[in-house]
Amino acid sequence: MADLQLSGVSKSYGTRKVLDGLDLTIKSGECFTLLGPSGCGKTVILRLIAGFETPDDGVVSIGGKVIADAKHSLPPEDRHIGVVFQDYAVWPHKTVHENIAYPLEIAKMPAEKISKDVRKAIEQVGLKGLANRYPYQLSGGQQQRVALARALVTTPTVMLLDEPLTNLDANLREEMRFEIKELQRKTGTTIFYVTHDQEVALAISDHMAIMDEEGRIRQIGTPDQVYEQPNSEFVHQFLGIPNYIPFAVRDGVAYIAYGAEAGIAPIRIPEVPPAGFHDKAGKAACRPMDIFIEKTTEARDALPAKVLRLSLLGPIIDYLIEVGGIQLRAQMQTEEAVARDMIIEEGRPCGARFTNLKWFGVNGEAVR
Amino acid sequence: MNGGKKFNTANLVLVFSILVLVVVVAVPVILIFITAFFENGKFNLAGVMKILSDPDTYQALLNSVIIASGVTLVSTVIGTFFAWLIARTDLPFKKVMKALFLVPFMLPSFIGALAWKVLLSSRAGYINKLLMAVFGFQKAPIDIMSLGGIIAIESMYLFPFVFLQVAGALERMDPTLEESARISGAGLGTITRKITLPLVMPSILSGALLVALYSLSHFGVPSILGTEKGIYNIPTKIYERIYASGGSFGAIRVGTILSMILVIAAALILKLQDVLLKKGQYQIIAGKSMRPVVLKLRGLKIPLLIVSIVYIAITVVLPTVTIFMVGGLKTYGLPFALTNMTWDNYLKIFQWRMTKDAIWNSLYLSLGAAFVTMLAGTMISYVIVKMKVKGKFLLQFLGVLPFSLPGTVIALGVILTWSGRFGINLYNTPWIIFVAYIARYMAFSIKSNSASLSQVSDSLEEASRACGATHWQSLKNIVLPLIKPGMISAFFLIFLPALRELTTSVLLYGPTTRTIGVAIYALNEDGETVRAAALASVALLIIFMGEAIIRKFLAQLDKPRAKVEE
Amino acid sequence: MTQLKLMDVTKRFGDVIAVNRLNLDVEKGECFSFLGPSGCGKTTTLRMIAGFEDLDEGELSVDGKVFSSSYKRYYLPPEHRDFGMVFQAFAVWPHLTVRDNVAFPLQIRKRPKQEIAERVKMALQSTGLTHREESYPGKLSGGEQQRIALARAIAINPKVMLLDEPLSNLDAKLREEMRFEIKDLQKKFDFTIIYVTHDQAEAMALSDRMLVMDRGVVQQVGKPLDVYNKPANKFIFSFIGLSNFIPVALSGGKARIEGVADVVCGAAPMDIGSKALMACRPSDIDFIGAGEGDMAEAGAASMGARVARRTYLGDIIDYKIVAGNSEIRVQKPRHAKGPAEGEPCRIRINRILWYPAE
Repeated sequence: MADLQLSGVSKSYGTRKVLDGLDLTIKSGECFTLLGPSGCGKTVILRLIAGFETPDDGVVSIGGKVIADAKHSLPPEDRHIGVVFQDYAVWPHKTVHENIAYPLEIAKMPAEKISKDVRKAIEQVGLKGLANRYPYQLSGGQQQRVALARALVTTPTVMLLDEPLTNLDANLREEMRFEIKELQRKTGTTIFYVTHDQEVALAISDHMAIMDEEGRIRQIGTPDQVYEQPNSEFVHQFLGIPNYIPFAVRDGVAYIAYGAEAGIAPIRIPEVPPAGFHDKAGKAACRPMDIFIEKTTEARDALPAKVLRLSLLGPIIDYLIEVGGIQLRAQMQTEEAVARDMIIEEGRPCGARFTNLKWFGVNGEAVR
Repeated sequence: MNGGKKFNTANLVLVFSILVLVVVVAVPVILIFITAFFENGKFNLAGVMKILSDPDTYQALLNSVIIASGVTLVSTVIGTFFAWLIARTDLPFKKVMKALFLVPFMLPSFIGALAWKVLLSSRAGYINKLLMAVFGFQKAPIDIMSLGGIIAIESMYLFPFVFLQVAGALERMDPTLEESARISGAGLGTITRKITLPLVMPSILSGALLVALYSLSHFGVPSILGTEKGIYNIPTKIYERIYASGGSFGAIRVGTILSMILVIAAALILKLQDVLLKKGQYQIIAGKSMRPVVLKLRGLKIPLLIVSIVYIAITVVLPTVTIFMVGGLKTYGLPFALTNMTWDNYLKIFQWRMTKDAIWNSLYLSLGAAFVTMLAGTMISYVIVKMKVKGKFLLQFLGVLPFSLPGTVIALGVILTWSGRFGINLYNTPWIIFVAYIARYMAFSIKSNSASLSQVSDSLEEASRACGATHWQSLKNIVLPLIKPGMISAFFLIFLPALRELTTSVLLYGPTTRTIGVAIYALNEDGETVRAAALASVALLIIFMGEAIIRKFLAQLDKPRAKVEE
Repeated sequence: MTQLKLMDVTKRFGDVIAVNRLNLDVEKGECFSFLGPSGCGKTTTLRMIAGFEDLDEGELSVDGKVFSSSYKRYYLPPEHRDFGMVFQAFAVWPHLTVRDNVAFPLQIRKRPKQEIAERVKMALQSTGLTHREESYPGKLSGGEQQRIALARAIAINPKVMLLDEPLSNLDAKLREEMRFEIKDLQKKFDFTIIYVTHDQAEAMALSDRMLVMDRGVVQQVGKPLDVYNKPANKFIFSFIGLSNFIPVALSGGKARIEGVADVVCGAAPMDIGSKALMACRPSDIDFIGAGEGDMAEAGAASMGARVARRTYLGDIIDYKIVAGNSEIRVQKPRHAKGPAEGEPCRIRINRILWYPAE
């Protein structure tokens, strides 16, 4: 039982304060992702946990034991944390076997045990038969697996992964993220995963935290919580297509607000803002697949819209529509669109029905 | 940086590195500066001007400029032409030709000068004699011992600088830069003029500047082809003054003043080169390796191939063969007939004291200096590249300094530093040459090792730490094996030039501390042309063998050993 | 009206046939893509159209004018073909300003100064680079450099634009943006586009028609939706979009999946043999109730399975379900209710494509 905890952690580089009093708890055995834009400081947190940087303030602890604070810092070699780097950091002068065996050799394990553990690790990551290859003979995905095996072979309680999938192509990324998740489930290791790719974060996390450019954590929750109940505009648009509908409130009803479009009556948003919404204006938002395209506006609550562009994105059809002067994107699975005869020509009118609307006030905070 | 203990170790290494560089590099340079500008403790610019305007020294300055300009021009034209031929046409046997064009890099140019003196001196040059016999000239038609001769011979050995840079740039250039010009409607001539040439211009100029720098600092060719006729450049004039006066301080002072000119010129050239390379750091390097636009030579193919082969024959084969043949003559001046040849001279090289010592001196001095410089350079590079300590900018500055110093200048600086001024007198011992070599090649070692260290990304060390290894264990297990090829490569790139150099040791040698270069030079000075040629041949053999062994060794290093099991 | 015509075009590199008897008619004003895995021959074909490589056999003509023909032994070099071309690595000249880059093709053609100035201005305006006229490309971002390349290509008002993976070197967001910028430019300037890419989403989003190639051979030519919905063969089916292949044993027209008792399936084609692959798209599968799906329509199937993994992807939920020894992938929108991980379930495959087992 070893929770990973950061309390009040601050870190500056020169005059730039990257982290300011950060609090974060990662439960033992869970897969936790820290999601944020490039340069926001998420890698710094990973390096603080690993021991490559020391905190200016605050405490880093595992299972209650302090491993770093402003005065003392346990060196990386004494922390027993597995690390997988963005560039794999697989040593080019060592074979796959030698790479994975290294931490066990440093720990002065008996040769037989090393041999056994390495073989097991190699099988675990699916690299059987490649033990004597050198990294230059391996593909990017294979090198990544060597890095994984090397981090796992000492069965650490905590593993840190720094954007390990960024340099792989889309197909391989998908495959590897499944594998990482499978490995995590099988071994029960606590994983702290850092990335800017929200697709990966949503797919593998038990819990995830969204960080902004200033190094502040904006929301922590399960993937479906942060995706379906974002607490702010920042979180909402970071995780996917935002589809903002600016509106103004009149008599408790929200009307789509748009630029000087003289002489056209403002369109009423069928759903009413939640009880806690007190601002006079704000933004409503909904995800592309929560916008249902209908052939006509007669269907319940469908607003008049126009199809500006229809794109086939493989299994998904993407509609760029205009509703009340606002451009939004709606999506539908291709097969469904074909079956319901929804391949609409550009410029034609249609109906748009919104569900699962999220409401944001003038300060960008969500109201429920 | 974890805890107080590490902090001290890092600082200690930093301080030690600075100390090494100060003693080996900074002090000699400062002393030159002081000696040049300060007379009797007072800053004396007038004295400097007086010496510079002395007709003798002034002439040497002028000659230096003339030679350097001529060599730069000729080398640039030849180098660019052959680079274009190799990289942009369908000339056959390209790989072989490219390797052959680089051979002049391996040959010491003063040995080449020796060969050409034998062939084209106005008195007894073999080719001259042949031409006079065939065409009935009264006087020798070509006198190689002239400004023109010096320019020609130096160009032969320096053009690879330009060739290498330009060929490299042309080969690495993104071919779509030229293709997009083609699809925009431009023909090959327009493309070359408006796109290709401007884009490789930084490389051309960079190579040209390097040639200029080298020519200004060069001792060997002007000394063999010019001194007899009273043609001096700065390095040979410095040598002449010092040896004419038996090493008097006055002569050394003149030397330092002339050195300052060299230093300033060198600094300007390197600065210019830096500016050019930064400006020309266009991202013209291609990601994928695609075939560039190649001009079909058609009718010109064979003629240009012949031109290239003839060029190589004249500049590489001819002098080398000549040296070997002259070394085998019984007496200089005899025609090359079997009855006039003997193996004697070659055998005597290994028996005669002077030459035996010279070979031995060169070997251990260059091996030793290469070894020490390699180690010191590695340590200093590590501080610069990998360590996070304050004050390492000092190291970077000191490390780059000697890069711009010609061998003559370093020799003078070393004389001033280590001739008893600080209590240690190394003059006339092999140690003074040893120290000079270290000063001379330190910058290169730092640059080369920094490059290989930069390629070892930080994450490789950090991964080792995360696996439980301490900082030292990581250095030993991860960093060292990865930079070893670079270190060894740097070792040989110092050892070989040091083995055959002349410019530095000619000012530092004593009766028992001659190097190979000095011995050849001295023999030539004494009129012992045949013996000089014999020693030169042996030197060439040693150099060729050395290069071949090293090339094989380095190639093996590149191939990782793969066990084939499982 | 055909603008670009390739007839039996073949190209060999040594023993390898890089492009094998390719026939193609591209209509005027079309946005036409070449799509395929690396090494399939799409780039070679584009380079033959441009003229950087010459065809070994066949004929290439534009607007009725022959550009290259092995029959007539004729080859027009690239500089006379009047194409606009954009390269993957931008190929923008770093030593010329943005304006000089764009003006270059016009200067080569010796157009009058006034005309050059006007056209450059218009090209820069259309690509949003008016404020960057005097800058050097090295100071601009990747996306801006690619726009310079676009401006340079449209400056001469070409009839045909060749684009060689123009967006591959840009990040995902920029790729999406610029995709449609290119289409807008096409509408504005009315040229035909030949677009080479390995990114199928890009090809499908952009093209009026596309051509899929594999190892030098054309697999299918058609509208993106047709290629997706009516793939000509197994390669296309698995290359475009996501796919499931379920091995089945056939006897008397009835399908049996190993380890699955309750398969209800419409009739398989007669001539497919005793072993076959039942192929379907993950997005073409629905979860149905326990009693449903017994009346299987032709071309559909239903069976029981168990959810081995459920992955949350935001708008889509990705299921890995196991039926017998077969693993089937299902993707459903978040709002469609689906089973939890570990639960048994029943699925209906709405449309099956049958392929022979290897």
